[in-house]
Amino acid sequence: MSEDIIGQDIHHEHISHDAIEKAHSGLNTKVIWKVFWILLGITIFEVGIAFVTAIPHEILIYTYVFLTLVKAYYIVGFFMHLRFEKIPMIYSLILPFLLIVYFIFIALYEGTALGHTP
Amino acid sequence: MSHAVTATASTGDWSGGHSPFNVRWGKLYMWIFLISDAFTFSSLLILYGSLRHRFSEIWPTPGEVFTHFPFIHGHVPLAYVGLMTFILIMSSVTMVLAVDAGHQLKKKGVKLWLGLTIIGGLMFLGSQAWEWYHFIHGSKAGSYYLADGRFARTDDLTPGVLKFHGGAMVEGVEAQTLIATATKHVHGANLTTNEYGPAPLFGDFFFFITGFHGFHVFSGVVINIIVLIVASRGVLERKKDYELVEKVGLYWHFVDLVWVFVFTFFYLV
Repeated sequence: MSEDIIGQDIHHEHISHDAIEKAHSGLNTKVIWKVFWILLGITIFEVGIAFVTAIPHEILIYTYVFLTLVKAYYIVGFFMHLRFEKIPMIYSLILPFLLIVYFIFIALYEGTALGHTP
Repeated sequence: MSHAVTATASTGDWSGGHSPFNVRWGKLYMWIFLISDAFTFSSLLILYGSLRHRFSEIWPTPGEVFTHFPFIHGHVPLAYVGLMTFILIMSSVTMVLAVDAGHQLKKKGVKLWLGLTIIGGLMFLGSQAWEWYHFIHGSKAGSYYLADGRFARTDDLTPGVLKFHGGAMVEGVEAQTLIATATKHVHGANLTTNEYGPAPLFGDFFFFITGFHGFHVFSGVVINIIVLIVASRGVLERKKDYELVEKVGLYWHFVDLVWVFVFTFFYLV
């Protein structure tokens, strides 16, 4: 049996439809609609709290950023299927965004020093 | 026992002989393109954020700009963009269902869900055209650059009342005098002035960011139509391979993802 696995491995130069099919087992119609309701719920909540004047603006912004990242997780993870891909692929695609985090830091830090006419 | 150990080691992700990512090149290329596109959109939104932060004292509040809703007279802030977000999320769901039908090699399902995705995309583009029309056209009352250098907005619902950034208001004879001596009367928006505030950058960013995103939606609709034609002709059925649908699916979800960020950073914050 172990020989079988090794044998398969050597001849496995292309990726068979079956192998990819297996990787898709995490997503079915039920999960898709669940993700839809989560995304819709968050969006309605976001629009809703925009009208609650009692919430300080700072807290509102942090809440929005957090909820947007939650939505991004569900879209990328489930709709774009990244959650079910191989770990090396996930890291290869996500880690470059550390540069964006750095860019946000630079832009906010330098923002006040930008030109003085709008 | 020793055999089993060898087998485990050789099936490791990086042990060679097979793709460590377990995806085919076409899909990986799409991902790499989307990462680069994500960097472009990130740059735009980050620049928007830093310039808005820099000019926060004159930057319009989005909730006071995007107040129109079809067939409703009066202010309905954010409801319309909320609806647009709903349309795009909905079309994303139909796209996942098209990809799902493709995995099960169901041609009918692919055609149905891809068709609905195209309709969702067209609805979104229509909504955006409507929003642009109202943004460019503006209100009847418009806004004024006053002789003393201040900027004052007026409102079709409360004519003759000047509103200043931060909530201060002037009405009656005093407002009439200020309007009579105003240096400039602005309606709607273009690339150099807009009635929503004294920062032309606000209009520029609106046109560029939502326009760039809208163009992505437009391209997506065109590509979806092409894939629908290919699928309808049975090309994918003969190959028993619906990966093409998966690839355009990735692009479509990405467009949805970008809108989620534009929605937050342009309209909500």
